[in-house]
Parts: sequence; structure tokens; C-alpha cells
Amino acid sequence: MERKEDDMPGAAEKQKQAAESGAEKVTATAPVAAPASSAVKAKTIEVQGVNLYYGDFHAVENVTMTIQPNKVTALIGSSGCGKTTFLRSLNRMHELTPEATVKGTITLDGEDMYGPNVDPVHVRRLVGMVFQQPNPFPTMSIYDNVASGLNLTSSRVKKSQKDAIVERSLRGANLWEEVKDRLDKPGLGLSGGQQQRLCIARAIAVEPEVLLMDEPCSALDPVATLAIEDLIGELKSRYTIAIVTHNMQQAARASDFTAFFNLEESGRPGRLVEVDKTDTIFTNPTQKATEDYVSGRFG
Amino acid sequence: MAAISTPPGGALSGGGLLPNWAPYAVFLASTALVSAVLAAAGSFSIGLMLLFGVLVSCVGIYVWSRTVEGSRRAVDRTMTMAIAAAFALAMIPLASLLFEVIKRGVPGLSWEFLTEDARGVINGGGAAHALVGTLVITGVATVISVPIGIMAAIYLTEYGDGKLRRALTFFVDVMTGIPSIVAGLFAYALFELFLGPGIRLGVMGSAALALLMIPIVIRSAEEVLKIVPNHLREAAYALGTPKWKTITKIVLPTAFAGLVTGVMLAVARIIGETAPLLVTTGVIDSINSNPFQGRMQNLAVYAYSEYRSPGIDKAASYDRAWAAALLLIAIVMILNVVARMVYRRYKTEIR
Repeated sequence: MERKEDDMPGAAEKQKQAAESGAEKVTATAPVAAPASSAVKAKTIEVQGVNLYYGDFHAVENVTMTIQPNKVTALIGSSGCGKTTFLRSLNRMHELTPEATVKGTITLDGEDMYGPNVDPVHVRRLVGMVFQQPNPFPTMSIYDNVASGLNLTSSRVKKSQKDAIVERSLRGANLWEEVKDRLDKPGLGLSGGQQQRLCIARAIAVEPEVLLMDEPCSALDPVATLAIEDLIGELKSRYTIAIVTHNMQQAARASDFTAFFNLEESGRPGRLVEVDKTDTIFTNPTQKATEDYVSGRFG
Repeated sequence: MAAISTPPGGALSGGGLLPNWAPYAVFLASTALVSAVLAAAGSFSIGLMLLFGVLVSCVGIYVWSRTVEGSRRAVDRTMTMAIAAAFALAMIPLASLLFEVIKRGVPGLSWEFLTEDARGVINGGGAAHALVGTLVITGVATVISVPIGIMAAIYLTEYGDGKLRRALTFFVDVMTGIPSIVAGLFAYALFELFLGPGIRLGVMGSAALALLMIPIVIRSAEEVLKIVPNHLREAAYALGTPKWKTITKIVLPTAFAGLVTGVMLAVARIIGETAPLLVTTGVIDSINSNPFQGRMQNLAVYAYSEYRSPGIDKAASYDRAWAAALLLIAIVMILNVVARMVYRRYKTEIR
């Protein structure tokens, strides 16, 4: 099965077409799926022929896909296939690794993220990220953790305004009711699931356009996972969301689109096999590898 | 169930157990035996008694444990005994040093010793000038080396890469090994260039001490900054935080307790330096708290000169030297305790 993939000429070409046709489909259905009235139009990320490297090691090969606004896009695939690396390239976190490089173009609503005059710091303000391990700042209280984005990024914000932002973000992360009486307690005192929601609150406090999540539930128990998944469903009315997950049920439950990444053999770069609506990927994928993966035959 | 609760001798316990007091009893019995033998041979000494006492106890506990508990426990007990003995051996110099300094230092300590200088006093006087000098010289050295050391450590952990980083780390290691007199001569030569020969200033001593202190601060700060987990930096970057703010607002506060501890220990390390101060700050009998003018005394040099050129009453001079040594040790101890308290108070859980 893996060999067949190898021998298939122009597989990348086909993927590209698949990705593009997927994008078209979405544009077509966009009015139907238009978000509710309270929703805010978030931004689209377009990825064109992206290759990612760690030094000489080619980690991800030729990815072309669109991450639709106000939708949840799940990135699935076996370990080491480059999902996380790819996700980190979407807010220029990839290049923080020494010798890591990016080729290809990634645009945010048409603006090139990797353009010559683009400051990665600004990119990251627009494209927030939630990590696998909950990582609240250990020196800070719950309140300060949520406000950290404001304190760290620049603008002096008035205390009353900050209070409002903290409350809104914590409510947005479904954490307000649990912590409103102990905002001055350390963030590390919360449970793992609460910490992760705290990190989400921290990420949305700076009002990004896009939220990237790198296996946000892998360190959490099923109840906390469900809470995060519900939250993701609510957040997409305001944000564009991309989520890496190892959990196919999670991708099926929580996402609108699914991108399947695969690694044909170790040492070779990971590739995007196909991206489509989640329903399609899980019921009627065009690639054999996708079908094998989502039906649990390998991976 | 039955097997587990079986008393010694059952299937799981594999033999009996020695009572808890067994190692102590073996040690006491062995030392008593060794003392008796040594006394009989007419060559008793505490050193020999302890040396042979430990050896005989190791053998004794092995044999006893072997017969009752089996070979695995016997080896474990022998090793435990040997390691405890090694630890005790390592503690002996420290304990005896403390004991000696306290015994000899306390007679020289007095209110006068702490508050008066030795100006115009032929024989006697206090060490206030040395105490003030030590605090000023060390304080200025700390003020010089902490910013430099911590910033260098930040460079090494957060910015530096490749060859320059490796080269700097190498030179920091080399600097750690500089003999302190070399640092003193260097500081003297440097100031002599600008201020003429024979110059003696408190700040020269501070410069020499800073030279010794900077690599220690760099090393300890580097280790502390390294253990700040990378996911915290990434969390800050992902919020769109510029690098310098990530360092000042996230990395440094998280490492704060460790940084303070490192600085305190570096201070404790250099506060007793003598050689570089002999050539840079000189010797003087009156209080001088201005590091930029005139000679300055300090406790280590004070102890040295009281011992080297005692007054008419030699015993009183020696007492003062020991009292100065005791004072130095007390300062170092206080610094260590403060370092620990700061660490406990401000340490951040790092996972």
C-alpha cells in the first residue's frame, strides 16, 4: 500500500487539484453555511506549495490547501508526518527552531505572511496558538495569565478595560464560572483541563483572527476533552481554527474540514494526502491511504 | 495473602531481618573492639580508631547480615555503611573548621570590635573599618558583575548560537579558573595605567573581585535560564510577544529565585578573597566607606595582617584575626540563608 503511493506519479499534482476543488466547493457552499448573526468574519489562510525544512531535513513536502474562515480544520495523520511542523509554520513559530526554514507561500487574507516586510511578531498577534501541554505562565495569577497577551504585546490598556477583556476571554473559554472567585490565584493551581482553557482564554484575549491548536486535548481526560471540543465549536463563530489531533473521533466530531497528512516512510518528508470536508474524508475519501488511515487499518 | 503476611522466613522475605539498631551497634562494637586492640598494642589514636572502626564495621555488618538476611541485603548494608562513613569523613573538616573558628574567634568578638576602627591605636582597636570595607568592596563588585553576568548569560541562552557561543562558553570556563592574584594584578595594572603607580582604591578591589565573580554569575545564571522550559517562551511568542519582552517578562521572572541564589552564592564565594585585595585596596586602619578615594581595609586582609604583624600583645592580635575570620564566615552563612529564603519564597514551579 505504501509502495503504491510511492509509485503513483503526480500524486502531489492530484492532491493540489483535490485541495483546490475542495476550496471551490467551500466557496460555493459558503453562503449556506454562513455563520450566525453574532459571528465575526475571520481570515482565511491560503497555503501554496509549502515545503518545510529542519536544516537539511525535509520535513513537509509541497502542501497546498486553504484553511477556511470560521471553520474548524483538523489536521490528522500518523506521528512524525509533519502536522505539527505544518501548523507551526502557519504563525511563523516554525522558524523559532534553529535552522528551520520555510519555502512556498502562506497568505492571510491575501497578505503574504512571509513577505519581506512582515514582522513575525505581528503575524503571531493575528494567528494565536494553543499548545499540546497546557502552559500557563507559572509566575502569574489566573488574571495575569489571561491579561498577559495585553501586557506583553504593547498597548497600555486601562484597568477597567482589562478587567472586561479578562472576563470576556474567560467566558469565551468557558472558564469564568469556575475561576471568577480566585482570579488572583496562580494559574498553575488549576486542573489540567482548566489550565488548557486558561491558555485558550489567554490566546483569545489578544483577539487573533486565527487560532491554531496543537493537540490541545492530548494531555486531558475525556470530560475535559469534551469541554474543549464544545469550546472549539463555539469559538469558530469568531475565529478560523486549525487543530492538530491524533484522535480521529475528535476530528470527526469537532471539525468541518479535515486534512490528512501521511509519511510514506521514515526519513522522507510528510505530505498532504488530501483535504476535504470532514464528512467526505471519513466516509468517501478519494485516496486509498486516507481510507486506510481513517478506518484504522494503519497509523 | 498468606504468603505476604508470613513472618520472616516466609517465601517472600527470604530470610530474617536485622533489627533497626544493627548498624549502630555494629559500629559501636567495632570501634570498641578496635580501641581495645590499639590500646593493647600501645598505639591508640582517634584517627586510627575511626579508620579501623569503619573497616571492621563494614566486615562485621556484612558477616552478620549475610548469616541472617542473605547476600543481597548484606551487600546493601555494607555499601550503606561505607557511604555513610564517606559522608561523615567529608563532614569532619567542615565541622572541625567551624568548631575551631568559633572557639578561637568568639574571645576576640566584642561590641568594640564591631564598631571601632584601629586608627591611632597601637595595640588593639576594632575591625569596623574592615567590616565596612568588605561590605563596600563586595557590594560594588556585585553591582558591577550582576548586570554583566546576567546579560551575558541571557546572550548565551537566548541569543547566542554556533561558534561565538561555544567560544564564549569556553572563555567563561577559562575565566572561572583565573587565580585570584592574577585578577588582582590585572586590576592594579589597569588602574595604574590611568592613575599612576602605587594607586590603591576600594573600587580597584571591586574590579578585581568582579573579574572573579562574573564567570561564576554567568555560569549559574546560564544554568538557571536553561531550565526555564521552552514552552513558556513559545507561549509568549504565540501571543505576539517580542523577544526582549519574552525575556524580561517571562524568562527572567520565572528564573528569578534561581538567579538570586546564584548571585548570593557568587558573593559568598568572593567575599573572602584576600590576595587580589592586598594589591589593590591596600591596608589602612581607619574607616573609609568611599571606594573611589583612598585605601580600604577588608576582613580577609585584616585577619592576614593581624596574624602576619601582630602587636605587642600577640595573643590579642591573633584573637582579632580569628574574630575577623568568624565574622566572614557569619556573613557567608547569612548570605546562604538569605539565598535559601529568597529561593523558597520566589521559586516558581517549573515543569
